[in-house]
Amino acid sequence: MTYSNSRNQSDSAIIDQDESVFNVEGVKVFYGGFMALLDVYLKIPDKQIIAFIGPSGCGKSTLLRCFNRMNDLIPGAKVEGRLNYRDRNIYDPKINSVKLRRQVGMVFQRPNPFPKSIYENIAFSPRANGYKGNIDELVEDSLRRAAIWNEVKDKLKEKGTALSGGQQQRLCIARAIAMKPDVLLMDEPCSALDPISSRQVEELCLELKQQYTIIMVTHNMQQASRVADFTAFFNTEIDEYGKRRGKLVEFNPTPQMFSYPQTKEAEDYISGRFG
Amino acid sequence: MQNTNYRDNPDILSRQSLNKNASEDISEKIVATILFACALVSVLTTFGIVVIIFQETFSFFQEVSFAQFFLDTKWTPLFADRHFGVWPLINGTLLTTAIAMAVAIPLGLSSAIYLSEYAQPQVAAILRPAVELLAGIPTVVYGYFALLFLTPLLRNLMPLEIFNALSAGLMMGIMITPTVGSISLDAIKAVPRSLREGAYALGITKLETIFKVVLPAALSGIIASIILGISRAVGETMTVLIAAGQQPRLTINFMESVETMTAYMAQISGGDSPRGSLNFKTLYAVGAVLFILTLALNIVSHWVANRFKEKYE
Amino acid sequence: MSTSYQPDDSLDSSAEFTDNVESRETLGKVFEVLFLLGLLIGLFVLALLLFDIFRDGLGRFLSPGFLTETPSRFPDQGGIRPAIISSVLLGSVVILVTVPIGVGAALYLEEYAPKAWWTAIIEINISNLAGVPSIVYGLLGLGVFNYLLGFGPALISGALTLSLLSLPVIIVAAREAIRAVPDSLRNASYGLGVTKWKTISSHVLPYAVPGILTGVIISVSRAIGDAASLIVVGAVGFLTFNPGLFQRFMALPIQIYSYITRPEPGFASAAAATIIALLILILLLNGIAIYIRQRFSIS
Repeated sequence: MTYSNSRNQSDSAIIDQDESVFNVEGVKVFYGGFMALLDVYLKIPDKQIIAFIGPSGCGKSTLLRCFNRMNDLIPGAKVEGRLNYRDRNIYDPKINSVKLRRQVGMVFQRPNPFPKSIYENIAFSPRANGYKGNIDELVEDSLRRAAIWNEVKDKLKEKGTALSGGQQQRLCIARAIAMKPDVLLMDEPCSALDPISSRQVEELCLELKQQYTIIMVTHNMQQASRVADFTAFFNTEIDEYGKRRGKLVEFNPTPQMFSYPQTKEAEDYISGRFG
Repeated sequence: MQNTNYRDNPDILSRQSLNKNASEDISEKIVATILFACALVSVLTTFGIVVIIFQETFSFFQEVSFAQFFLDTKWTPLFADRHFGVWPLINGTLLTTAIAMAVAIPLGLSSAIYLSEYAQPQVAAILRPAVELLAGIPTVVYGYFALLFLTPLLRNLMPLEIFNALSAGLMMGIMITPTVGSISLDAIKAVPRSLREGAYALGITKLETIFKVVLPAALSGIIASIILGISRAVGETMTVLIAAGQQPRLTINFMESVETMTAYMAQISGGDSPRGSLNFKTLYAVGAVLFILTLALNIVSHWVANRFKEKYE
Repeated sequence: MSTSYQPDDSLDSSAEFTDNVESRETLGKVFEVLFLLGLLIGLFVLALLLFDIFRDGLGRFLSPGFLTETPSRFPDQGGIRPAIISSVLLGSVVILVTVPIGVGAALYLEEYAPKAWWTAIIEINISNLAGVPSIVYGLLGLGVFNYLLGFGPALISGALTLSLLSLPVIIVAAREAIRAVPDSLRNASYGLGVTKWKTISSHVLPYAVPGILTGVIISVSRAIGDAASLIVVGAVGFLTFNPGLFQRFMALPIQIYSYITRPEPGFASAAAATIIALLILILLLNGIAIYIRQRFSIS
C-alpha cells in the first residue's frame, strides 16, 4: 500500500471511504490572504496513530488544526476545500464546531491545564456538556486511562498547575479523553517535556490507539518511527511571490516511510540532510 | 589652547591623567543631590499630609471624645445642639459609593470583556480611548449633569429630592467606569491564549470560556480594579457636593439628600468658621477618616493585585 | 508505568452527553449583546452629556463679552475672564513647578537610585500619593502654603497645591518614558567617556520627551479640572479682577460650581458655557502636547 499526495482520485482510493476517519480533499489554508498550506489530499485511517513530520513552517500544525476547526479562532485564517469527518464535510456552514470538538479532541504543545483543581480540570467540560453519567467515575476513569491516577488520586483538590510538566500533559490528555472523543489530535505533545515524561506519553499513546484515532504532529523523527503506524511528511516550498508555504509530500506506513521513502525530499529529510 | 593632536604629540596620552576631573566630579555630585531632593519632595508631601492632618485631629480629640465621634449617630457641629457622630458622613460616602459601584462594575467589566474577547482590534483601538475620555472630564461637569439633567429626568419616575444620593451616585459610577474597565481589561488580556484554546478544544462555548476560565483567572486584577474604583468614589468631592446635598443623614434611602465626608469638608472650608475653632477642626478630623480609608483601600488593592495573581509559567 | 488499565467501552460515547450546544450558544449570543450594551452605555452617556452642555451653554458661550468681561450678579450678563486668567495662571505655574521636580525625581529613581530599602519606600510612597483624594491635598496646601509659608488664600497657594497633586502622575509617566529609552543609547555614550549627567541630558531625556509630555498633559488637565483642593485653599466664587500670583483667585471649575449654586435659571446656562470654556482649554492643552510630540519626538 503506497500513498502519495496526488490529485488523482484513483490513487488515493486504496483506503475505502468507510475505513478512513478523515478524508482531506484539496484543503488549502490561507493566513491573511497568503496561502500557508497548499492543497492537501489525505485519508486518515481509523484507530491508528498517524504522525505528521516535517521542518518548521511546513504546515503540519496548520493542517492538524483543521481537523477540529481550531483555525476558526485565528483572525484572518481561511480554509478552503473539503474535509470529511466520517463522511460529513466539517467545513460545511451547517456544522457546529463546538459539537465537532466534543468528538475531536486536542492536546497542545505546552501543557495548558486550567488553574483549577485536578478534579475540576477533568470535570469541567463534561459537566458543561451535560454528561449523563457519574462525574466522579468519569474523572477516575479518565485519569486511569491517562496513566496518572495513582499519582494524583490523593490530591484531586490540588491545582492542576502545581503538577510537573509531564504530569500536566497527561492531565491534559485525561481531560481530552473525558469527553469520550473519537479522535485525539496532538500538537507536538512531548516537545516541552523531559525525555522520561516524553517516553511515558509515547507509551500512553500506544495504549490509547485501541480506542482513539491519534494524529500527532512531531518534529522528532525517532518518536514518529517508534510510535506511529502511518507517517505523513510535509515540506516547505517557495511560491511565485517568494513566500514560504507548506505542502504534503508523502504519506506512507511508517516502516516504509523510513526505510524506502518514495520522494527525494522525504529521503533528504529523513537522512538528516535538512530540517 | 592645549594641542590635543595625539599623532603630533604622542606623549599627550601619558601626560593626561586618567584621574577624574575634579570639577566634573563635583558637578556630577551636585546634580545627583538635586535629583535626590526632587524625589524627596514626594516623601515630604506624605509627611506633610500626615503631620498636618493628625496634628489638628489630635487637637480635635482634646475637645471631642472618641465615643462622641464614633458612636453618636448625628452630625450637627454647626447647630446649637452639637453632635459629633461621624457616621452620617460615612454613611453618605458609602451610600453614594455603593450606587457608583453598582454602575461602574457591570459597565466596566462589560466593556473590558467586549473589548478583549469580541471586538476587532481596529474597533477596540478606537473604543478603548473613547471610554477613557470619561475619566478625563472634570468632576464638576458630572455634578452639573447630575443636578441639572439627571435629577429632573429621574424625578419623573420617582419621588426624588432635588439633592439626592442616586443622581450623584449614578454619575460617579459613569466617571469611575474607565478605572474598573481599564485595569480589568489589562488583567483579562494577561490571561494566556493557550488557556482559552484549551477550553475551546474541549467543546466549551465562548461564553462559558469567558465566565469559567478567563474571568476566574483574571480575578485578582479585576478585584484590584474594583477596590481602586471604590477608593476613587470615596475621595470624590464635586459630584456629591453639587448633587447629593449637604444634609448629613443616616439612611439607605437613595432618594434623599445625604452629605459625604468630602462634601462636608468642602462646605466647612468655604464657610465662615474661624481657624482654630472646633468647627474648623472637624475639617481635619473628617479628613483623617477620609485619608485613612482611601489609603487602606489603595494598599489592599495593590496587595490583592500582586498576592493572588495567577502565575503563568 | 503501571499495568494497562482495561476500560469498559460497552457504552456508546455519543449518548453520554446532552445535546445542549445550541442553547448554550444562544445564551452566548445574548451575552455578547449585553456586553456590547455595557460598553456603549458609557459612551452614550458621554455623548448625552456633551450634547446637553452644548445645547444649554453654546448660546451664552458665544454671546459677546462672555470671555472678556468680569462676572455680574445678573445671570445673563457678565463674563468669566477672571476665571480664565486664573486657570491659565494656575496651569502655567503647575507646569513650571512639576516638570522639573517630577522629571528630576523620575531621573533620580531610574538612573541614580541604588536598590536600597529607602528607594522602595520612596516608590511605594509615590504610588500611594497618586490615590490620595484631591481634597486632602487641599488640606495639605492650606496648612503649608496658606499658613506655614504665609501666602494666605492666594493664587500661588492654589497653584502649588495643584502641583503637589499632579506630581505623582508625572513621576510615574516620566519614569516609564525614561525606562523605555534603550540601554544601548546610554552605553554608547558612557563608552565614549561622557559623564552621567551629560549622557542623560543629551541622549536619554530627548528620547523620553514624548512620554514625559503625555504624562504632563494628563496631569495638568486633571489639575485644571480640579475644584475640591482649591475650595479648601480658599478660592473665591466671585472675582471681579484679574488675579495676580499673590491675590485672591478662582478657577474655571470654581466658577462653574459658583454658577450652579445660584438659583436663578439663567445661571445654569452660564455654568454650561463655562464648562465649554474649560473643555476647550483642556482640548487646547492636549492639542499643543500632540503638536510638540510630533515636532520633537525622535523616531
